[in-house]
Amino acid sequence: MNSKASNNAKNDLVDYTLHLADSSLIMGHRLSEWTGHGPMLEQDIAISNIALDLIGQARNFYQYAAEIINSNNEKEKRVTEDDLAYLRDTGGFKNLLITELPNDDWAKTVGKIFFFSTWQFYFYQKLIHSTDRQLSAIAEKALKEVTYHVKWSSEWVIRLGDGTQESKKRMKKAITALWPYTGEMLVPAAFESNLENRVCIDLSNIKDDWLKKIRTVLDEATIDFPDEKTWMQSGGKNGIHGEHLGFILAEMQFMQRAYPGLEW
Amino acid sequence: MNQTEPLWEVFIRSKQGLEHKHAGSLHAADAEMAIENARDVYTRRMEGVSIWVVESKYIHATNPDESESFFDPANDKVYRHPTFYNLPDELKYM
Repeated sequence: MNSKASNNAKNDLVDYTLHLADSSLIMGHRLSEWTGHGPMLEQDIAISNIALDLIGQARNFYQYAAEIINSNNEKEKRVTEDDLAYLRDTGGFKNLLITELPNDDWAKTVGKIFFFSTWQFYFYQKLIHSTDRQLSAIAEKALKEVTYHVKWSSEWVIRLGDGTQESKKRMKKAITALWPYTGEMLVPAAFESNLENRVCIDLSNIKDDWLKKIRTVLDEATIDFPDEKTWMQSGGKNGIHGEHLGFILAEMQFMQRAYPGLEW
Repeated sequence: MNQTEPLWEVFIRSKQGLEHKHAGSLHAADAEMAIENARDVYTRRMEGVSIWVVESKYIHATNPDESESFFDPANDKVYRHPTFYNLPDELKYM
């Protein structure tokens, strides 16, 4: 491999790692908005726990991304995990669009966690076999957490879907609203197609498992499976975001931008 | 929401081999949710390896009004403690 090709591979690996970091961070940040506002104390703690798990995953990925970036620019300023989280603008973020959607009501929130964590579950299961040992190790650690997120959110989707008239109405509305944001989860971005299959995962390998799990839970929740021909949103992985991400970053990055280098 | 959700008592075993101890109570719609809530409320700092939950309504308790007749009679019966035996010095930790 000549040096240009190896540089490209490195950039793709950074993008891939950032895509995973950003998705976890934005999802975690969004869910943390429930802290202190949960419908009851027990669920307030539950959702804050999930938010913390996701931010922990994001840190692991950011640290690794920083390590790769620093590994070949010794002369330039070294990048830290904080730089990556707090000093990039919307165009640099590669999170899935579903993670930046507003929480709205409880049904929409648990629906988001359900679609996202089910995707993470199958994704990490495969990523454990990556030849990249760091990615593999992070996936292995995260998988335990995600397994619980899937269980917790699936049960909520079933509870609300197969619950009262009002809860069913809201759960159905949430699933319909979220569905168009699930498409890009399973379509590779350029950096994924470029990377060797032994490093990143082949998304077509998790599609059937993901669909099957979604179908099983929605069946039990007595909610119709969404129309598979729905037009799907895309762009998140390539830095093309909806209006919401800017507001999230404005709040999340305010301190670092107002007081550069601030620690506490 | 809490008005419609029953109260549950939570028991946590902190280590293998130890008994479950009462940790507190919480609200949940069903047993599964009660266990998950207990996991999130009471074991987030690695406090447990096993959780029991039981709906509070199934706990039968002594009546505080009867505590005199229930507990006071034991008060002056020191001989019920096995403290009147002379133990050999070799026997430790009794």
